[in-house]
Amino acid sequence: MKSILPVLTVIAAVLLIWIVAVVPMNVHLTADQAQRDGAVVMPDTSIARKEVSGVALALENPHLIPLTYVGKRPNLPSPHQVSAEMFNTILGKKITSKRSLVYHGWVTLAPTLLGFAIGTLLGVLLAVGIVFSRVMDKSVMPWAIVSQTIPILALAPMIIVVLGAAGIHGILPKSVIAAYLSFFPVVVGMVKGLRSPDHMQLDLLRTYSTNNIQGFWKLRLPSSTPYLFASLKIGISASLIGTIVAELPTGAKAGFGARMLVGDQYGQPILSWAALFAAALTAAALVGMISLIERGTLRKMGMKLA
Amino acid sequence: MMYVIAGFAIWALGWLLNVYLANGKSSDHWAMNIGIPLIFGLTILLVWECFVIGFEVNPVFLPRPSDIIVRMANEVPRLWADFFQTIIKGALTGYIIGGLAAFAIAVLADRSEFLTRGVLPVGSFMAALPIVGIAPIFVKWFGSDWESKAAVVAVMVFFPILVNAVAGLRDTTSMQRDLMHTYGAGYWPTLFKLRIPAALPFIFNGLKIATTLALIGAIVAEFFGSPTVGMGFRISTSFGQLALDMVWAEIVIAAIAGSAFYGIVTLIEKGVTFWHPSQR
Repeated sequence: MKSILPVLTVIAAVLLIWIVAVVPMNVHLTADQAQRDGAVVMPDTSIARKEVSGVALALENPHLIPLTYVGKRPNLPSPHQVSAEMFNTILGKKITSKRSLVYHGWVTLAPTLLGFAIGTLLGVLLAVGIVFSRVMDKSVMPWAIVSQTIPILALAPMIIVVLGAAGIHGILPKSVIAAYLSFFPVVVGMVKGLRSPDHMQLDLLRTYSTNNIQGFWKLRLPSSTPYLFASLKIGISASLIGTIVAELPTGAKAGFGARMLVGDQYGQPILSWAALFAAALTAAALVGMISLIERGTLRKMGMKLA
Repeated sequence: MMYVIAGFAIWALGWLLNVYLANGKSSDHWAMNIGIPLIFGLTILLVWECFVIGFEVNPVFLPRPSDIIVRMANEVPRLWADFFQTIIKGALTGYIIGGLAAFAIAVLADRSEFLTRGVLPVGSFMAALPIVGIAPIFVKWFGSDWESKAAVVAVMVFFPILVNAVAGLRDTTSMQRDLMHTYGAGYWPTLFKLRIPAALPFIFNGLKIATTLALIGAIVAEFFGSPTVGMGFRISTSFGQLALDMVWAEIVIAAIAGSAFYGIVTLIEKGVTFWHPSQR
């Protein structure tokens, strides 16, 4: 709780930098527009203005500064434009409308959640296999670790198109990518977690003459829970990022990624920015939800939050 | 049909060999720790090759590994040019700029407890966001050459490094700080002789996470505009020409570059933080 004030201060500082940056970023565009509308601008040709930096131009024409905040196609939209657009498209439209960000959010969220569930399930299964089988451990684990260093995400759009050519459409191709991206963090985290009980605890179970399976349910699985949640938080944001990247350059018609690209291509930067921030809010909400579940689960299990 | 049977046979053979090696006496030898995963990877490649031939998979969906290798051997100059444009110019420049900026901000924020408490949560929040979505915006701002890629990469790597650096700079005990104080060390000697060395394991953790992000940023940003060279450009255009073997060749290069980048940072870490328990 005591970090609320510092956090707000940092956010305020970022906002302030943003608001200040709007002026030099947009002033050239605004100057061109103002001149067409008949205002006096120094220097008086577009080419001459290109030579001047944004800050200098704004200082020379202070009457342009307010206009930089309300341009229709700014280089950098001001915070109030973005939040107005978000308010409009999240709350102001019917959620079935193609212009509603809630609709686009769901198009992105559904494959993310499906893929995340698949990836987590497979990841946990593989981790169990790795912990119990020496062969799996020796042959698969190094690849699981190496695969973390490979920029697979960059290939997401291609995977979509290949699967689409193979006749798989709709929610599944994106889910495959989301699943793949959440898979390896879960494997690596779960292997670590399932191995976290120390020798004392394992020996104690042996004195109770438990077998491997009982040991798994009663000791290994419970003690892996904190590790699982840590990986789930990484996994879900990776899944969401994967789905968005998959939508970006593949000509997807709906979803956050498609929205960002459409705004960019049709000269409506405010649209892109609103989608970007909506995606950020979604990511934050997903991670926050998992943190809440983590808190509840660990408390019920009598563990301390790591 | 022959190839399908051969594929299954190789699969069984590779698996049995690994079972034998992993449960054998010398399975903890270092050669085994490299050999077993290598056999696993080789088995997958051979099975892939056999199944693609045996099931007559259209190369538009999945090329054979041998096609990919041949393509890589034939296209060395072009692959090298793409590598240089994307990895060295785009990713590496951005990585260095982002890393230095993050470190500078971390040192500044560290001067006040208040700022540290604010920067940590905000930074870790930002690190989980889909920052790569700024790629189209940045390509518009900075033009389509490598500068825009470097900018995307710099923003993407900034937050993980920042969070780790801030956390690391806090990671000294009051005992250690008091000792520096008794030596009469001021802010700067304490920073350079105690706090930065103590923060290095954390900072390298951030730097390692950032290596993959840097490559992703540089490649993805090229999908939105690039000169006619670069890995992202080549992937998307080869894809348009259905030259899947070229796409895979670039994927292999990206994989090798990613692992090598990570490996180099890990090596530097080993050299610089040799005193840390995790390295001994």
